[in-house]
Parts: sequence; C-alpha cells; structure tokens
Amino acid sequence: MDGLDALKGKYLEGISGAGDEAALEELRVAALGKKGEISLKMRELGQMDPAQRQEAGQALNRLKDEIDAALKAKKSALADAALDERLKSEWLDVTLPGRPRRQGTIHPVSQVTEEITAIFADMGFAVAEGPQIESDWYNFDALNIAPEHPARQEHDTFFMHRATGDNRPPHVLRTHTSPVQIRAMQTHGAPIRVIAPGRVYRMDMDQTHAPMFHQIEGLAIDRDISMANLKWVLEEFCRAFFEVDDVELRFRASHFPFTEPSAEVDIRCSWDKGQLKIGEGDGWMEILGSGMVHPHVLRAGGVDPDEWQGFAFGMGIDRLAMLKYGIPDLRAFFESDLRWLRHYGFTSLDMPTVAGGLSR
Amino acid sequence: MKFTLSWLKDHLETQATLDEILYALTDLGLEVEEVEDRAARLSAFTLAKVLHAEQHPDADKLRVCRVLTDEGEKQIVCGAPNAREGITVVLCKPGDYVPGIDVTLGVGKIRGVESHGMMASERELELSDEHDGIIELPSGEVGERFVDWLAKNRPGAVDPMIYIKITPNRPDALGVRGLARDLAARGLGRLKPLNVEPVKGGFESPIKVVIDEVLKEKGCPLFTGRLIRGVKNGPSPAWLQARLKAIGLRPISALVDITNFFTFDQNRPLHVFDASKVKGDLRIHPAAGGETIEALDEKTYTFRPGMMVISDDQGPESIAGVMGGAVSGCTEETTDVFLESAYWDPITIATTGRALKINSDARYRFERGVDPDFTLPGLELATRMILDLCGGEASEVVMDGAVPVSDRAYRFDAKKVVSLVGMNIAEGDQRATLEALGFALKGDMAHPPSWRPDILGEADLVEEVARIASLTKLEGKPMRRAKPGVPKPILTPMQMREKAARRVLAALGYNECVTYSFIDGASAAMFGGGGEATRLENPISSEMTHMRPDLLPGLLQAAARNQARGFMDLALFEVGPAFHGGEPGEQALMATGLLIGATAPRDPYGSRRMADLYDAKADAEAVLAALGAPQKVQISRRADAWWHPGRSGVMGLGPNVIATFGDVHPKVLKAMDVKGPAVAFTVRVEAVPFPKSKTTTRAALGRSDLQAVERDFAFVVGKEVEALTLVNAAQGADKALIESVAVFDQFTGEKAEAQMGTGKKSLAISVRLQPRDKTLTDEEIEAVSAKIVEKVAKATGGVLRG
Repeated sequence: MDGLDALKGKYLEGISGAGDEAALEELRVAALGKKGEISLKMRELGQMDPAQRQEAGQALNRLKDEIDAALKAKKSALADAALDERLKSEWLDVTLPGRPRRQGTIHPVSQVTEEITAIFADMGFAVAEGPQIESDWYNFDALNIAPEHPARQEHDTFFMHRATGDNRPPHVLRTHTSPVQIRAMQTHGAPIRVIAPGRVYRMDMDQTHAPMFHQIEGLAIDRDISMANLKWVLEEFCRAFFEVDDVELRFRASHFPFTEPSAEVDIRCSWDKGQLKIGEGDGWMEILGSGMVHPHVLRAGGVDPDEWQGFAFGMGIDRLAMLKYGIPDLRAFFESDLRWLRHYGFTSLDMPTVAGGLSR
Repeated sequence: MKFTLSWLKDHLETQATLDEILYALTDLGLEVEEVEDRAARLSAFTLAKVLHAEQHPDADKLRVCRVLTDEGEKQIVCGAPNAREGITVVLCKPGDYVPGIDVTLGVGKIRGVESHGMMASERELELSDEHDGIIELPSGEVGERFVDWLAKNRPGAVDPMIYIKITPNRPDALGVRGLARDLAARGLGRLKPLNVEPVKGGFESPIKVVIDEVLKEKGCPLFTGRLIRGVKNGPSPAWLQARLKAIGLRPISALVDITNFFTFDQNRPLHVFDASKVKGDLRIHPAAGGETIEALDEKTYTFRPGMMVISDDQGPESIAGVMGGAVSGCTEETTDVFLESAYWDPITIATTGRALKINSDARYRFERGVDPDFTLPGLELATRMILDLCGGEASEVVMDGAVPVSDRAYRFDAKKVVSLVGMNIAEGDQRATLEALGFALKGDMAHPPSWRPDILGEADLVEEVARIASLTKLEGKPMRRAKPGVPKPILTPMQMREKAARRVLAALGYNECVTYSFIDGASAAMFGGGGEATRLENPISSEMTHMRPDLLPGLLQAAARNQARGFMDLALFEVGPAFHGGEPGEQALMATGLLIGATAPRDPYGSRRMADLYDAKADAEAVLAALGAPQKVQISRRADAWWHPGRSGVMGLGPNVIATFGDVHPKVLKAMDVKGPAVAFTVRVEAVPFPKSKTTTRAALGRSDLQAVERDFAFVVGKEVEALTLVNAAQGADKALIESVAVFDQFTGEKAEAQMGTGKKSLAISVRLQPRDKTLTDEEIEAVSAKIVEKVAKATGGVLRG
C-alpha cells in the first residue's frame, strides 16, 4: 500500500511536537478515529486480493500500533511534565521548625531512686514503704533512741500538733527512713532484704540543707550476714551507681543508736575543677552511714537477735543525685524552676535498668 | 572537743606523728574535723643576729641594721626601739608571708634606704599581743628555724590544735585522757598512769553539804566538796592560759581556769564558789518553782518546779550541774574557795538545760554522762592544782550521798565478734583490746569501766573490738542471693503504678516537680486541709505550717514562681503523698498535673492554642489507662470547691472517686497569685482497683470480614444536655450492632441559638455499625437509624437537625 511511510512520518512528527493533551487527541482522531486516515486505509483492504490484503493489513496494523504507542508515550511525558511543574510550585521552606511538642521531664530524685532500686533489686532487695507521719515509737524508741538520748533532743524533729486531751506523745515527721526497717520486719519477719526510699524531714534550712529531703534505707537480715557482706554490697552498689569500674570504700567507726558496730562510709574520690571523680585521687568523701542492726532494733521488729543478724544502711538520694550528676544546690531540687527541671531532668524513656544501663 | 597535741601527750606516751594520730582518731570513730597546725604558718622564719645598728639618715625613729642571716649579711631598716647590736631576732625574708600583718614581704626602700626583710614582733607572728619591740631571743643560732626554737623553748606556741567530732555515746572522749586511752588501745603509745594522791585536809570545812533525799534517788547521788582557804586568785600560769586559749577558751582567773582545765582534761566539770559569799551550808534540792538566779553568763533564770538547785541560806547559788550563780562566783579577790565535784543524773541535767536553754560545757558533759567513780578523784586532783597554783590550805572533804553503782557485766563471745564483723580477730587480741579500754574480764563476762555509760550489751563489746581493730581493714565479702535463679519482680503493683504515672506524664510533656510536703495554712485551707490534725507544732517557717491536703497548691505555687520569671506556658506534675490526717498512714498517693497557658510555643502553622479542660481530661485518662483503670468511668460534677463549678468533673467507679479534672477555681488562682486560666487533674493512684485475677492471656480478637457502616447524625438539643447522655442513648439503640459512637462536632453559642432557637445547641455523632452475620441492607440501616433518633429524643429531647 502506498503512502504509509508518509503517513507515519506525518503523525509521529505531529505527536512529538504536540504541546498538550488536546493536540494529542486531535492527532489521535485524525489518525485512528472512525474517520481517521488510518481507519480509512483499513477500509480499502476489502477491495484487495487476499495476498495484497495480508501484506497491507500487517503494514497498517504495525503503523496503527506505532502511532498508538507514540501517543501513549507522549501523553505520559506530558503528564510527568505537568506534575513536575506542579510539584515545583508546591515548594515549602524545609528549614522551618517542626511542629513544636512539649518535652516532659522526670525529676532527678525520681530518676535516681529508680536507679538505686534497679541495682538493689538485682541483689534481691525488695522495696518497702512506710508512712511519713510516724509515731515517736517507730521513729525513735524502736530504733533504740531512748527519750533522753541526745540525738532525740537535737532540735531537728518536726512534731505534729496534739489536740488538748490527747495525751499520747506527738507524732513526728519521720526524721529518717529507718522506721520502715521496723515496719518491714514486723510485716515480713526474717530473713529479709529491703530498701526503703522516701521523703524525710528535719528542721534545717540553710545553704546546704532543706527541711525535706530523700533517704534510702537498706536492711538485710539473715542467719550469717556480716559487716563484711555490708561492705561488699555497698561496694557493688557504688560501682554500679557511679558507673565506674573500681570504687574504694573506707569504713570508719562511728555511732548510731540503731546499729552496733556502726560505720560511716567514705568513698575515694578526687575533685578536679569542681568535677567529682569517684574511685580515684586522694580524697575521701562521706556518703552514708551503716552498721550491724542493733539487737534492740531486731527485737522491736519482732526478730530474735539470737537467731538472726544483719546490716542496715541509710543514704541521701538527693545527695547521690547531686554527686552523680553534678547538681550544685540541694534547695533547688524543691523549687520547681522550669529551667532547672528541664536542665537536670530526664526523659520518660530514660528507664534505668541493670540490663540496659542506668544512664545514657 | 578541742585539744592540743602536747595536752594529749600529758596522758599518752607516744612516738607517733601528728598525721598518724589524726588518722587513728578518725578511724576509731573520733572524727577529726579540723587541725590548726600553727607551726606551719611560722615555718619560713629563721633566727638572725643584729651585727650593727645605726640611726637612719632621714628618720628619727628608724634604725638601719646589718643583720647576719643564713644567707649572709643583709641590710634591714627597723622601727623597733629595741633593735640594737648583738640581739638574736626572728627574720622574715622577702617573699615570706607574715600572718600578723597579712603581708607578703618584698625588698623595699624606706626613706631612701633599702631594706631586705624585717625583724618580727610577737604580734606580727601572732604569738601574743606584744608589739613594743621586736622579738629578742635569749638563745638560738643564726639560721635555725624559728619553729624548731619554739618547739624546744615555747612548745605551747607551736602546739597543733585538733578538733574532733564526738558522737553522743562517747562522753569519755570529751576528756583528753579518754582520747589518749583509745589511742593507746589502738597501739599508738602507752597511757600514762594517773596518780591521784588525796590531799589531807587540815581543818573541818565550815560549809557542809546536804542532798535532799528525793534527789539522792535520782538527780544527785553524790556531792563532794571542800573549802580551800587563803588562796591567791589571779591570772593562771602561762602554760594553762596557752592551753585554754588554744582550744578557744578565754582565761579568766586561776581558780576558774583550773575548773575548765579538768572539764577538758578528764571530762570532770567542777564548780568553785567564793566561800565568803556563801551563807550557811549548801543544800541540793528540787526547786519549788519561781526562784530566780543570776547565772555566770549574767542572765537571770527562773527555776521551774523540780529543777535541781544548789542553795545556801540566801537562796539559789547554782543551777546544779548546768551553770553557777554570779553572786557566789569567784573573783580576783577571792581568798576562800569552796570546790564542788558532784555526779549529776544525765536526764535531769538535760531536761533542765533544755528548759532553760543553757548550753554550757558542764551541761554538755553531765547530760552525756561523766565518770561517777571519778567524782572524788577529780576533787582531789583539782585541790592539788589549786594549792599548787594559788596556795592556801585545804579542809577535809565534805560529802553527801554515795558513788552510784555502775558495775554491770555482759557476756563476751569472741566468735560472735567474728561472725558479726566478718573479720578474723584472735580471741587474745579481742580481750587485750577490751582490757586496754578499761574493761574487766572475768571469765566470759566483761565489766565495762565506769566511764563508759554507753556500753549496755554484748553488741557494744563487738563494736569496741571492731573499732579498735580498725574497720578500715575490713574487706568486703560477697553476699549470696537470697534464692538461686532468675529473681522474681521486687516492686509491688502499687510501686509499678507510681512509676507508670510518672513516666506517662513525662511522656505527655509534663515536667515533674518535687514540692514540699508542708505548705502554708491558708493554701492548705483552700484545698480542704489546714486543720489542727495536719498542723505542725514547730514549723520551720510560716510558709510550711500544714501537711498538704492535695498536690495542687504546691504546683500552683511553683507555677506562680515560674510565671514571675516569665515562663507562661507550663505543664507541671507531681506524684506523691497528700495528707488527710495527722495519724501515721493518713496519706494517699496522688498524681497531679497542671496546665497553664498554651499547649506549645508559638509556631508558624497556627497550631498554638490554650490548654483547656479537655487536655486535662485526656491526660487524666492517659494516666488512668497507664494505671490499668477500666475504660468506662462515671463522670459527675461533684468536684471540690477549689475547682470551677461549671468546668470540672469527677471520674468515679461506683462511689469510688479515682480522678478529678477541670479548670481551677479563679478565686483560688487569684489567692495564689497565678495568672490563669489553669486546668488540672488529680488522679488518686491507690483508688483505682487492681484486677481481681492476673492473667497474661488476652481475650480472643473479634474481627468481622463484613463491611462496617458509618452513619452521621446531627441533633438539636438543649444547651445543657451532656454529650455522654446522648452518646449512651445512641449506643443503647442496638447494643449488638453499634460498635462505637463518637461525638465529632458541637455547635453552640449565639449563632447556634439564632439558627436553632434560644437555649439550643447541636451535637453531631458518628455511629459505626458492625454487622456480624451478614451485610446490612438499606432497610436494616434505616431501622437502626430510626431507633437511634428515637432513643436520643427520649433521653435528651433532641431532634434531628433539619
């Protein structure tokens, strides 16, 4: 059939030059529409003899396919160009900040309490609790602090008001977490291993004291627990808590009414440009008080001192937080200054565990 | 407790260095707080000799001296009148720091003449107040260190002062001798013997003593005394003055200084009366109450009934065991002195001292417990010293009462020491330790010495042995796990809850606060507290008088402080106890959140908005979900008075209130200086019930493959109709088919009322129908819809919006 090449040349050129979809459609109708040039050529096939028809038919079909493919390709190219154009116009300033979200924080006291709990949990200590308003029996007498004991007379105890006619001795705000020892022994008996974190209160307010702070008490009672075990437990604790490979503790004889023998515990450290380094240097810093539980205290907890023995210790949570994280002022812990909370706080995902580490 | 090294050496024969002694003291439980080593400040200075002195060419009062020093001859200009040829002086060279004038010397020109250093006076070296001239030493070689010369010739001047903290159980360590005993037991030397030779009285004391019988029982079991007549009171000798000054006491007169000396030397407080001012005998008796006395501190005290008094015929002369009276006090004119050495009951002294607010060295010691057996020896030693220093003649001893029996014994078990301490200390060493401390060992019984009132049981023996053996040497021993294997969880469900509440609130963007458990009464009263039961008897400040009834006031105060600093957008929370009463256990764990200002800072997208009631509600729900509370709670409007009455709700499970949320009452905000509005919530952590049984298995998932249908309905209702009523009504139309009902629009306000009628609003809900057996037909959907409209109409009077 003649003129097919010319036809092909005309349409392919037209398609490639088409500027939009409408021009393409026009070309499609002109070529492949009912009255299009190629359709009209198809009609001519009927008048041909079979051999001619076969040859011309194939040629026409090829041409039809070619034009059809060219049309589709061009259509897609036009669509892509249009999309590119649109997307270009949809430009946004990616340097603008993301939509703001509030950042919450966990208070260092809560965080450090969880850190300490994680360590002692690994050594098998449960967490015991007790009331913050305490009877004077639990806060003093049960802990072998007799009414006339000077420690009880030091004017640092907060007393609750007593109504006239109520002749019981006034309750106190617990001055230490030690009364929880007694309550825990009364509830669980021996053997027992507990720690007891919580708020304690003393009438003290100056540069380095606040009338409320946090302590953690430890108690381990069994048949053969010794002061050497106490030292090991505290060494392990300090190593884990301060996240150092080596710590050195020094036990120094002291006196607490509720333990016998009693020891103040110092940790080897150095101060370098205001930065505390645990486990090195020539300095010693007192970090806690401890000792073997006094037989009177065991008895007050309902535990027979002829059968059971063990240790107790107490340390300041706020102070441990200050030492570990370099927080300077105790009183700021309780002032809720947003800048302080944000700076010294921890995120909700900073969950201290023995498996994953205490801090990031 | 302060003392000096040379004082210690009066009682301890030792070769130990100062550092060894300091280390041992701290290790023994006698914690060294401070050491004042005066030699250190003088260590640079050396002796020199003036070879020649002549008048300064331009100054009448100055001399130019040629001085022989360890570095050869130097020229020094000196203003002292005694600067002259041949004297041995103390030389301060250029570069030396001179403590008394607080100057580091340089080479200077004085009126045109160069001066290479200075020759010091006593005051310039802080040795005394003497400043009339430079020091002239009677001995010493050129170049010798001045501190060495002082150590040989004036040891008191370079005697290190040591200050140790004494724990309340160790009254014996409040005397230098007690410290020496501990050090000797540790092996740092030998405790020198103490010879108490009784002074034979030459006459009968004209002043007698009588203790009221009631006080012999408890109060004053023993009183000893004697008169010493013909004494000459005046300044005490230099060595005694130096000792007292070194420990911060002001020398007064020989008699008074002697009593102070024994207070610190032997923990034996004494008292001296001027006998000429005592009328009649001394009687130790309980006060009737109302008597007054002017004490030695020049203050007047009034006795309360029962306090112990020493009286003569004129009335009270001494607050027994606490402080003497001014009237019978000794002065320089005293010639006859009555010396008192008594044993006072610690509790009685403590009670009196506390009531009268007198903190004297005597009270401090008597209330901790002095050695009862040393009462009479103390009197004898002090008598001897008075006779030595002041002359005079002593009477026979007068006394009443008897030495209280302090002998007691406890079983000593060397094995127990090893078991408790975890240190291997041989039994022989243990016994030797106890004996060195003054214990008498009879078989396996240990009798504590009379000066150790703190030894009250077997455990105390263990402590003594361990302390002397040195706990520093203790080596840690691993402690086995209580049970082998993977440990069980150790936190209680409530402890896990507390942690969850805290973590979820931090995750929601709140900053955790820890505020004081006590607040001011006015704030407490606004939050349902402030009563007598929760009042502190002795608050530290007027801001901290009551236990907090709620966590909100503390957070509001924190918010006000932050607002004052310019932080206006706040999300604060606290998890902690609130107190509803003053008995142990009358506390409840709360988780409280407070939102003020916008939910986020300004941004370019206009997403900033003010936090409102619904934020507080959503966060309360998030906390409740974290605590494991059931999803369905009842909401009522019974919130407490500190909440906005129209904008607050209480979440309950039956009668059990588990949370409150809403706007804080504007009056409360105003009273607490908070710029509002503020929304908040409080979750009562312990009020949420725990599931009855714990299982890890989840209920089977009910999932349908059938297409769910969502239909929206807009109702016109009265404007006070609550959404929950409408939602519950719609839900009730077909409990099986209706999977969920959600409010998605609310149209209220003037425009709404203009459209729908006065007092009306529109609420739009979306209802999701989930068929279980077969796909819903249009007819079925219509039927449910009609039912919903009917139920809502019945429950709320609402009609479909046209």
